[in-house]
Formats: sequence, structure tokens, C-alpha cells
Amino acid sequence: MIKVQAEDFDIGAALATLTAGKTHVGALASFVGLVRDIAGEHRIASMTLEHYPGMTERALAGIEAEARARWPLDDVLIVHRYGRLEPGDRIVLVATTSAHRDAAMNACHFLIDWLKTKAPFWKLEDGSGGAAWVAARDSDDDAAERWQTSPTAQKSPTST
Amino acid sequence: MQVLYFGWVRSKIGVPGEDIRPPADVATIADLIVWLKGRGHGYAEAFRDLSIVRAAVNQEMAQLDAPIRAGDEVALFPPMTGG
Repeated sequence: MIKVQAEDFDIGAALATLTAGKTHVGALASFVGLVRDIAGEHRIASMTLEHYPGMTERALAGIEAEARARWPLDDVLIVHRYGRLEPGDRIVLVATTSAHRDAAMNACHFLIDWLKTKAPFWKLEDGSGGAAWVAARDSDDDAAERWQTSPTAQKSPTST
Repeated sequence: MQVLYFGWVRSKIGVPGEDIRPPADVATIADLIVWLKGRGHGYAEAFRDLSIVRAAVNQEMAQLDAPIRAGDEVALFPPMTGG
């Protein structure tokens, strides 16, 4: 399920809903992204997320479908906020459920890595250095790239 | 044709989008960008370095050499920074 919204979300309630009544689910993995108060040498007062209504939801649904094609997932939840946020505010929640932990954890990691470079959002930071658009990072491209080889990505070294 | 701008492409051009009627020889996104650059300083600034400009046609990611036609929704924006 995809939610693109200005409002904050309740992590506990969202995760509880994902597994309510599903006794076949043995694993729930989640990631929460937060606004940091520092960027390089500058204090951050706010971060404003711009999105592309319509395409953003469509792109997130595409990323969810990719995760479901790669791992045996029971459910996927992506909640992504837009608008003006302040340090400490929640930006994004990614949660996955599966029978076993490997699928849930790997899919969750994959989803947040792909979100970084493939979800239509743009971040404007404002703070001690003035207002500046956040540039895409090569390290985020690298993180997304390592999931391109899907067959090996499904195996984790801790798999037992 | 509806054109939408996001991120610093929007802030440099100064509007979030516009209805445009490019000439008939504008056949691709790259052609459109060349034509837009002639419309003023903000456009020229926004499209100075095309290696950091991304595009979508009808809400699907597209390469700059992708064809466009009347009625399309074309979006031009910087690399995305989600998450």
C-alpha cells in the first residue's frame, strides 16, 4: 500500500495494522527516515519536500511491485510525506511483512534504496547556510545499483 | 502541451508549469529543451547542464531523446531525492 501525504504517521499503529489477524506472518521489517538537523557544516531549520502528484504515487507503486516480484512478501507499506518538515520529523516509513525474516528485511532495504533515486521527490533545505536544493548523491545511486542483480540480492549471508 | 517543472528547475524558471505550443519541428524532449532555453534567462539557467536534468512523459520516466507530441504532459526536473 502506498500513501503520499502531508500529515505525520503513527509508526506503531501502521505496523500493527500491517500484521493484524495475519498469523502466517512471521516477520515484520521496517525503516523510518527522519529529518536531520545538520547537513555538512550547516544547521538545518526545515526541509520542504516537493513531489509530483500522480507520478509520485505511480512510481512508488512500481517500486512496491518490483519488491513483490523479487521476494515472497505478504504485504508492503510505504508512507511518504511531503511539505515542510523540521528536524526530528518523520519523512518516510517503509514496512514489509513475510513468513520469514530474510524476505522482509531484504525487501525493506531494497525499497528504501530504490526510493532514494526513483521516487519523484525533491528536497529543499533551509538553515544557517540559506535555502538550497539537496543534490542527488552518487552513494545513493550506488546503493540502488547494487539491487540490480536480483537473483543474488535475494540471498542474505545470514540465511539459515 | 502541458510542461511541469520541479525542484531547482522550477525555482530557476519561476513557474511550476505552463501550457505551451512549441513549433512543429520540436519532436523530442531534447528539442523541447532547446526551444525552452530560448524563452529567457531562467530557462537557460535551468537547462545549462543536461547531465543533471531528468524527464518524464505522461508520468513515466523518459530519456531526453524520447519523442513527444501535442497533448503530452512533459515534466522536467533534477535527479530525484526521495526517502
